Amino acid sequence: MLRCEAPVHRPHSLEDALVLRAELPGATILAGGTDIMVYLEAGQLRPTEFIDLSGVPALRALRSITGGQYYGAGLTCTDVVRSPHTHPLIREAALTVGAVQIQNRATLGGNICNSSPAGDTLPVWLALKADFELASVHGRRRVPAARFWRGYKKTEMRPHEILVAIIVPPLAGYMHFRKVGTRLAQSIAKVVFAGRYVPGIDAALAFGAVGPVPMRCPEAERALIAGASPAEVAAQVEKEISPIDDVRSTQDYRRKVAGNIVRTWLESR
Amino acid sequence: MSIGTSPPRRDGPDKLTGRALYADDLRPDGMLYGATVRSERAHARILSVRPDPEFDWNGITVLTAADLPGPNVVTLMTDDQPILADGLVRHVTEPIALIAAPTRERALAAAKAVLVEYEDLPALLDPLTAEGHAIRIFGDDNVYKRIRIQRGERSTLTGHLVRARYATGLQEQLYIEPQSMIASPRPDGGIALVGSMQCPYYVDRAVKRMVGHDRVNVLQAVTGGGFGGKEEYPSILACHATLLAMRTGRPVKITYRRDEDLRCTTKRHPAVIDLATLVSDEGKLLELHAKLWMDGGAYHTLSTVVLSRAILHVGGPYRCPFVDLSGTVVATHTPPNGAFRGFGAPQAQWAMERHMDRVARTLHLDPIELRRRNLYRDGDITGTGQVLVAPGGFAVLESAERAAEAPVTRTTVRPGVTGARMAAGRGLALAWHGCGFTGNGEAKIKGKVGLEVRGSDVAILSSSTDIGQGTETIFPMIVGETLGIPAARAFNTPHDTGLVPDSGPTVASRTAMVVGGTCQKAAEQLLTLLRSRLGDGSFDALVSRWDPNWGPLAVEETYEVDPNIQWDPDTYQGDAYPTFGWSCVIVDLRVDLDTGEVLYDRVVTSTDVGRALSPALAAGQIEGGTLQALGWATAEEVVLDARGCMRNDRLTNYIIPTALDAPEMITILEEIPYAGGPFGAKGIGEIPMDAPAAAVAQAIERATGAILDTLPMTPERVFSALEPR
Repeated sequence: MLRCEAPVHRPHSLEDALVLRAELPGATILAGGTDIMVYLEAGQLRPTEFIDLSGVPALRALRSITGGQYYGAGLTCTDVVRSPHTHPLIREAALTVGAVQIQNRATLGGNICNSSPAGDTLPVWLALKADFELASVHGRRRVPAARFWRGYKKTEMRPHEILVAIIVPPLAGYMHFRKVGTRLAQSIAKVVFAGRYVPGIDAALAFGAVGPVPMRCPEAERALIAGASPAEVAAQVEKEISPIDDVRSTQDYRRKVAGNIVRTWLESR
Repeated sequence: MSIGTSPPRRDGPDKLTGRALYADDLRPDGMLYGATVRSERAHARILSVRPDPEFDWNGITVLTAADLPGPNVVTLMTDDQPILADGLVRHVTEPIALIAAPTRERALAAAKAVLVEYEDLPALLDPLTAEGHAIRIFGDDNVYKRIRIQRGERSTLTGHLVRARYATGLQEQLYIEPQSMIASPRPDGGIALVGSMQCPYYVDRAVKRMVGHDRVNVLQAVTGGGFGGKEEYPSILACHATLLAMRTGRPVKITYRRDEDLRCTTKRHPAVIDLATLVSDEGKLLELHAKLWMDGGAYHTLSTVVLSRAILHVGGPYRCPFVDLSGTVVATHTPPNGAFRGFGAPQAQWAMERHMDRVARTLHLDPIELRRRNLYRDGDITGTGQVLVAPGGFAVLESAERAAEAPVTRTTVRPGVTGARMAAGRGLALAWHGCGFTGNGEAKIKGKVGLEVRGSDVAILSSSTDIGQGTETIFPMIVGETLGIPAARAFNTPHDTGLVPDSGPTVASRTAMVVGGTCQKAAEQLLTLLRSRLGDGSFDALVSRWDPNWGPLAVEETYEVDPNIQWDPDTYQGDAYPTFGWSCVIVDLRVDLDTGEVLYDRVVTSTDVGRALSPALAAGQIEGGTLQALGWATAEEVVLDARGCMRNDRLTNYIIPTALDAPEMITILEEIPYAGGPFGAKGIGEIPMDAPAAAVAQAIERATGAILDTLPMTPERVFSALEPR
């Protein structure tokens, strides 16, 4: 049985949450808890106290705004899977998180702030050029997804900030999501990919689990826009990513599979 | 009556509603928590074991080998495994010291605060290197056992010689409930144990030997799966918990964390199998030469018996006029391997089925037609000289093929995957599996069952545990059917060695067939006892007229081995098993050509079960075992570090199939009765593990051309074997 004695603060408004965050910079933010539970069990997290965001309704909004869509950071994977307004790439990614029980609790913001290089939804935000809205008692700021992850489990977020929303601009193009996991549920990605392509104009090829942070492949994207063949783009992807050998898979496998996924998508498009 | 019907499981409601109490749910008054200090080295001298002076040791007990009251041996087959390492560790994770503390957190922290100083010694981690090596682990040559079976005449015909090497890796049983045991001091100075286990009498013997007296009883708690992993291993926990309980005078519970359980408990033996066959132009096997090695790990455990079953199954369900089969199980400086569903037969038959595909490829024959030409027929003689009576190979092959004619209607869908490049294929494999103990094993065990009339009910006393397979449901059905009363009026008593006779271990596909048969004989004996006084009549009528002055209405029955069974353990000739089960598996799958991932769409199994006592439970065993075999085939890989320690010691990275990965299953139960089993039943617990992996390999080959001879066929391995794009 998992036991944690750290006190839990449960604010009911964003304002209260931000005040708590400012007062308790050492507190651990608790959203769905699906990652925190694992860290606690493994003894990798010794929290002094928690700020539980699950009681803040504003964080679960999903709405259209000028300049795109606004996804509250507290939306669960199940929320976005069920909503008819969800962007298809986000829905596809949310469907691959853990299993249904995890999806019921796990939040978009949690996946982003946990900042695992293998986070299932992360390449999607890169491919969609999303902005992350961070709030504190001092105000709000937006950070592009491309600048948010700074290193292994390091983010741009400051100690007094909370991730409140993801802003997804309206972008056209062919889109593709693919997670290569270890099985069909409860699986951690060996490679995860989100792609967007407007022939001759724009391209985003974003990967997770192939480097210390989720990443795009700018050279391969340029080649694709310039009209390179799918095989050439795939070869460039394999050059740009930097996967490692670990307990789940090998560098070589991840590299070639990443290339294959891109190539098959571009060939079938 | 009830045989052949599927009444609800006796243990079902409590397990579904959470009322069932597993060992870790139990908290006797004053209980302490135990933890284990383990070796961090594969092979090393222990220079010192001392408590960290910085740690608060208040209220904590520490024990080492020096504190043992009796022989430092985990009693099983060979006295080579210490209860606690004494001066030398022979594998990583070997227990060195024990902790008891008032809380689990304190116990785990204290275990980390025991400082062990080592002097490293060179370690042998590879069995092929360890065999005969100058560094000794076991005996003169690091060989636990060699077995050789030779039979028949060398062929005078010319034929095709086909030879290759096949290999299999470690596999974890992955019972959902980790190992757990509680030892409590008894008022009479003895020890009462309750825990998660398959074989209460194994534990009973091990603890009695250690403490040097008989005031020991062992009770099986509700057990969350075993698959062989709780056959021999719980004896170690029981010895550890007993030592701590004796020292502290309080109950002590040891429950392993999942990561600890994965790192230190027994696994399926890895195997390397070299096969060479001489085959006629028509595809008839003329000669089979097999050389098989298994990695036993640092201690003997059950390795010699696993080797025995491997060698006895390595020829597969095929006749061959000349066989030369040899096997070696080798000691290495790795955690001991042990019992796991199938017990060596799955590794051996993986090799033979893959080899049959190789022969077919070489001779340009259809692999299924090749099997048909060699499959055992009635009266054929096996490699041990056993004459087969009504072998079921053709029956299961034909019914599986018939069922597989139906189109695959439900394809497995991957969340979030669209537009993948897939190749579909179908594969078929066959297997046989000896039911019950090898040779004269049952004659040594003399398993017993007691029956007692208690009011209007009948109590069944046995040490055969329910580990999920359905013993609590099946035994009452057998007894009820025999006595002519509803099964609901018979029940298994708690499996406590203080109260029940030794029925032998819950292993080897023997519980329903052998102990169930003894239940039937016991019920017949009870009827005979009643009729000896009262003449004919229904069971209830006779019981109502029984005079208590005639004595208790209770009987004990001992299993009687069929006198026609002849077995010579020295030459390995004779009747290896009382009977065999037969199985055919047809797998439909798709391979993702971009990733090497295998998706299962449908599995058809046909299994000769003798008689399905409860068709639902029989099918449940087969379907669960089939999924476990699919895990072994393509998912489950134990990744070791340089010390031989499991690195992927989490459920997130030791990958077993989930419900989403499970394909549609069509499960056919063939019933070719075995006269020696209750109502014709044969053992079915292990045979589902034998054939699926080879069927998967054949299907992958048909889909993609990739030839895989090593298990597991992980996406990485399949991907490497695919033609480059």
